[in-house]
Amino acid sequence: MEFPTALVLNAIVAGLLLGGFYAAVSVGISISFGMLDVVNIAHPAFIILGSYVAYSFNDRMGVDPIVVSIVLSPLFFAFGLLLYRIYYQCFEKRGQESLRGLAFFFGILFITEVVLVLVFGVDYRLVGTAYSSTTLHLGAVDFPLRLAVPFVVAVTMVVCVQLYLSRTFFGRAVLAVAQDQLALRLMGVNPIRVKEFAFALSIATAGVAGALLIVIQPVQPAIGREYIGLVFAVCVLGGMGSIWGTLLGALILGLAESFTSTFFGPSWAPAVSFGILLAALAFKPSGLLGR
Amino acid sequence: MRNRTFAALAFLVAIAVIAASRFVSNDYFFSAAYTVLQFIILATAWNILGGYTGYVNFGSAAFFAVGAYTTVFLYKAAQPPLPVMIAAGTVVAGLLGLMVGYLTLRMRGVFFAIATLALAVVLYTFVLNWDYVGGARGAYILQPRLVPFGLPRYVHLLYAAMVLMAVLALVVARAIETSFIGRGLAAIRDDEVAAECAGVPTLRLKLFSATVSGALMGMAGTTFPYYLSYVEPSAAFNLSYAVNSIAMPLIGGMTSWLGPLIGAVLLGSVQQVVQVTVSSAWNLLIVGVLLVAFVTLAPNGIMGWIDAWRHRRRRGP
Amino acid sequence: MRKLTLWLSAGLALLLLAASVHAQQQPLKIGFGMSLTGPLAGNGKAALISMQIWAEDVNARGGLLGRKVELVYYDDQTNPSTVPSIYNKLLDVDKVDLVVSGYGTNVIAPAMPIMMQRNMTFMALFGLNVNSKFNYDRYFQIMPAGPEPAIGWTQGFFDVAMTLNPRPQTVALVGADAEYPALALEGARAQAKRTGLKIVYDKSYPPNTVDFSPIVRAIQATNPDLVFLASYPPDSAGMVRAVNEVGLKTRMFGGGLVGTQFAALKTQLGPLLNGMVNYEAYTPEVAAKFPFLDQFLAKYQGRAVKEGVDPLGFYLPPYAYAMMQVLEQAIKATGGLDQAKLADYMHSYEFDTYVGKVRFAKNGEWSIPRMLTVQYHGVNGNDLEQWMKPGHVTVLAPGDYKTGTVLAPYQENRK
Repeated sequence: MEFPTALVLNAIVAGLLLGGFYAAVSVGISISFGMLDVVNIAHPAFIILGSYVAYSFNDRMGVDPIVVSIVLSPLFFAFGLLLYRIYYQCFEKRGQESLRGLAFFFGILFITEVVLVLVFGVDYRLVGTAYSSTTLHLGAVDFPLRLAVPFVVAVTMVVCVQLYLSRTFFGRAVLAVAQDQLALRLMGVNPIRVKEFAFALSIATAGVAGALLIVIQPVQPAIGREYIGLVFAVCVLGGMGSIWGTLLGALILGLAESFTSTFFGPSWAPAVSFGILLAALAFKPSGLLGR
Repeated sequence: MRNRTFAALAFLVAIAVIAASRFVSNDYFFSAAYTVLQFIILATAWNILGGYTGYVNFGSAAFFAVGAYTTVFLYKAAQPPLPVMIAAGTVVAGLLGLMVGYLTLRMRGVFFAIATLALAVVLYTFVLNWDYVGGARGAYILQPRLVPFGLPRYVHLLYAAMVLMAVLALVVARAIETSFIGRGLAAIRDDEVAAECAGVPTLRLKLFSATVSGALMGMAGTTFPYYLSYVEPSAAFNLSYAVNSIAMPLIGGMTSWLGPLIGAVLLGSVQQVVQVTVSSAWNLLIVGVLLVAFVTLAPNGIMGWIDAWRHRRRRGP
Repeated sequence: MRKLTLWLSAGLALLLLAASVHAQQQPLKIGFGMSLTGPLAGNGKAALISMQIWAEDVNARGGLLGRKVELVYYDDQTNPSTVPSIYNKLLDVDKVDLVVSGYGTNVIAPAMPIMMQRNMTFMALFGLNVNSKFNYDRYFQIMPAGPEPAIGWTQGFFDVAMTLNPRPQTVALVGADAEYPALALEGARAQAKRTGLKIVYDKSYPPNTVDFSPIVRAIQATNPDLVFLASYPPDSAGMVRAVNEVGLKTRMFGGGLVGTQFAALKTQLGPLLNGMVNYEAYTPEVAAKFPFLDQFLAKYQGRAVKEGVDPLGFYLPPYAYAMMQVLEQAIKATGGLDQAKLADYMHSYEFDTYVGKVRFAKNGEWSIPRMLTVQYHGVNGNDLEQWMKPGHVTVLAPGDYKTGTVLAPYQENRK
């Protein structure tokens, strides 16, 4: 098998662009599952919800979907706050988290999907943006803007989340609550408030990720189910509770998918990605950058 | 009640149920009941690892599909009689459970769950690319024209087989629950570290639990190709198997063998009824709402409700 | 004594008459499962609307056999495991008089054993080659793929390709890992063998692939003369975009994409479709060959917009309607609902429907393939109106529907 340079370079670029998008989709889970231990399996459904919200505004007013999602992220944030309040009252307070919380979120996953079907119908929705059809060519390498723009937005979002968590007081409280709730309380911070805030942040990222998704591919309410595996895989591969780990894990999976598709056969891409995950779990269960 | 007595009684009930079904004149009962029985087996199997041991398996569909595709493989290779295919599927799925357990049960519970999810994807990709069993094109399994035992339709035979298998699963679950193995598993579920310190052979018990759980899930899938006559990977690996096998024990109660049975019968029947009455997306909505409602209001499942009610009665006014 | 017998017989006759009149007023129930949720729901809902329009049209004309037609249907969720229960309920509990299938091989195959056990005549909607394993003599298929469906489906693309000068030598085959694309690719392989083409790339991708550019680049690296793609709507869109982004250079591209027949992809992909060769079931260019179809389409389009389903209706809807027309004509001709007589009639005669003349081969498929092979050109912008009139679609095959010749190579016609 030859390795023509152009093919390899393009595979690397395509893998990185894809990986960036995967990071945006998974950063929310990194917070809610990695740091807060909330098994929010409905996260993909909220991403699809974000896609449809972006679609509605794009369809009616012609506004760019990514701009819409960023402007509307406070709405998603508020929704996340509400959802966590309910989750906390019903589950965490009674000390019955993981499994019951999981079932709860499964239910929410289905309910969200159905609501989308009832409101928008089951047909595929796509958006048209100013840059969907443009591709930049730098030498032998192509940068389709349809993937490059989401990549830039995704990486920016992930970096912002990481900076927020590591530099601000409230952000560091989130990191702390993942490690030791009691100590946090002793320092005068209400851990419930902190967790609520963090969860809301994860839902806000879902809203933006949804807009990125619909720029890249057509969306339909049931698509969320296909991302369940991926988001948890990225989070675990990268290391629970590490945002940089999520980014790294996402890029690795993106590259694996791209290289497998180019040189071996696209059918095997999911097996390779999840095989990498299984191998990581077998040799370093805490993930690449986890503690 | 001793396990042997229970097993004998259960077997008698099974015979009675099969005999009674001879008086049912419409086939709809048989197809609907087949699905509910399938879920009884899946829920019971899942609960052995999930409820008794505390390790959540996200990839029930993988074991179910392994059972189904073992049948497909044997059908294409040699066409042995049905009991042979059922046994083979059970054994293969059990081996898979053992292997997965060996690789992942050393990890913390949540990583086991993720690993099962990854396993489901890897197996799905593998089956999708395996042309001998049809791959993405799917495989056709033709029901024999002549139904054994003189039954009028093949689905009646499948129904009878499922009743027997469901009873087997329940007997196995109860036997584990009431034996020293069950006590060991409960210790692991409550506090694994403490159990280790107390001398419980945790790894061996967990492997046992994973093997039995996987085997029974595979058993549930072995007759599936005959039921549908056409199997393709996305049907066998459907998300509903993973969701239902978790939801049903949750709704019914996870600490006893009765819980998954109640949960499966309840949720399964509701799904069957809703499917042929409310003809649209509301179907999925009802499942989602039921799940949320039960999980919020009945944390220990229906068995928990019953236990609490019994407690209150005992304490008196 | 004779008077008593006379009165009794008259009374009995009256009773029977009343009973039969009552029976005749029972609606004529036609039962089926249909994908109203799940991945193929867009098509399923479109088909349902068409069938509902048919039922209304028939009832407006007085019903069938003097009885009002009633459709009894359930959502099969595009999930095969629901199918046996649905059809057993329809036949045993709802006691429907006639059954038809849902949409797609996935949900047609599981119903076959039930049909065969009860000797029901079974009209199916767009399943690829289901009957090849069952060999059921009362199975009929409204998809115009011809007696060997996988071959007929791919015939157009390869026949047109072979008219290119100089003759193409190599072909790349690619498709999704799902039931229809896998079958279509099998047909394509047979076509390659028949025409002596060398297959230089033959791989499939998982259905939920996000980025297709690595695949397109790998294909380009083999420098194929032809690229045949079999895909479902989301990957059709993804592949078309990737092909344009990578700048695929080949002489002819397309063949088996599901999705470009619908408004959603036509409008969103717009000019990206230029130069591609694909199949269509209907296009305004051939409207003259299908009289009355525009009336139906107008009715359909009005309802589709309201229900959030494909507003063009050029794919399933005409055929779903035609399927019911075939049944209607067979019932009227045989004067009843005897399944054996219906099957015999349907095997022997030609039917006049909104999609033209329909004749079935021995295995229940169409006797001649009649999917249209088309090429898109001159598409400008993303509006829907340009697709509702002729002008952007050249029909290349079959012969009696041809409106023009193919333009090659693909990369020069992409603009």
